[in-house]
Amino acid sequence: MSTVTTRNPLAAYIVRHADDNMVIGQRLAQYISRAPELEEELAVANIALDHIGVADHLFTYAAKVEGGGRTGDDLAMLRTEREYTNLLLVEQEHDGFGELIARQFFFDAYQALLWEALADSTDDTLSGVAQRAAKEATYHLRHSSAWVIRLGDGTHESHRRIQRATDRLWRFTAEMFEADDLDRQMAADGIGVDPSTLRDAWESTVDSVLEEATLTRPEDSFQTSGGRTGVHTELLGPMLAEMQWLQRSYPGLSW
Amino acid sequence: MVITAISLAERARVLLERVVDPDIPYLTIDDIAILRGVEVADDGSVTVTVTPTYSGCPALGVITSDIESVLSEGGFADVRVEIVYKPAWTTEWMSDAAKAKLAENHIAPPASVLDIVPEVLCPMCSSGEVRTVSEFGSTACKSLMVCTQCGEPFDYFKAI
Repeated sequence: MSTVTTRNPLAAYIVRHADDNMVIGQRLAQYISRAPELEEELAVANIALDHIGVADHLFTYAAKVEGGGRTGDDLAMLRTEREYTNLLLVEQEHDGFGELIARQFFFDAYQALLWEALADSTDDTLSGVAQRAAKEATYHLRHSSAWVIRLGDGTHESHRRIQRATDRLWRFTAEMFEADDLDRQMAADGIGVDPSTLRDAWESTVDSVLEEATLTRPEDSFQTSGGRTGVHTELLGPMLAEMQWLQRSYPGLSW
Repeated sequence: MVITAISLAERARVLLERVVDPDIPYLTIDDIAILRGVEVADDGSVTVTVTPTYSGCPALGVITSDIESVLSEGGFADVRVEIVYKPAWTTEWMSDAAKAKLAENHIAPPASVLDIVPEVLCPMCSSGEVRTVSEFGSTACKSLMVCTQCGEPFDYFKAI
């Protein structure tokens, strides 16, 4: 099966970060109208919009770099599951608010570091998008950390649920720090960052929040990966089908 | 008779004063510092550069098409809008006049991003006794606050 997203390394690198943001943005959007309170409804919608906005800017830029006539929308709406290169963490479904927060917290802690590093990219567009996104990620992380603490150090039931969510999602966290050849090449060129260098700082953020939340850090056991090569969990396909059906049913449709 | 020669770029700038942020219609794109540059080439084509505020700001699409229509109605045949990302937009670029307009319209203007403890005043009673209800408000750029003096809930334009 052909899984060629793009042959241009820079475009492929931009697309993987766009994919992370597109997928988590869509997952958050699925939660709209289900938040426990009005302020959370606004927060989830705002955060989803930030992620989808980042994805939009990056897809548009990747399409330009690729130069093959595809648009940013084509990259978002017309690639299949095997062509999506997002992390497995962001495609995971949430069974409720606790899982949404745990997923967001792990990802926010990673993205805050990622954008800070990419802000120094030698690629001006990537650096500009990262500068903008770094400020937003600070807000996101403050929000998700506060909720992890509030739920963990909350009632017996909220503690049980956020601990369960933390345990369940833990096996998707190591993938964020796995560097492949493309990461290493981009880091060597000064364009990208080697994600393995972000791990220590991520762990210290996560450890301090989990401790304050009275949560137990899960054991480092089996870890799953494959997202960067298009090998996903069974959850991404149905999500993309829902997200892409309009463009696939009515090709070229626009506002 | 005196003929005042206004350069094409200045004329374009005057026309662009009509383009406002659709979410905050009393602020022009120049007030809010989204407008970063206007250049007119020798062939009369005009390039307008804009910088997005928040990554997901839905106003950017409307602003882009408003720029195109205002300029083409004003006689510019060839209009291009370019989005520049670097340097990233910051509320530090907003003029004092723009901040005053926000306050007049009961939105607390952004404090300085350099402030360790940002000073936010209630736009109704000017009290500093305020608290944050939610860091995410009605639009990406605002958070929701409440004045503990007069009890009024209000929007705060986040400093970033």
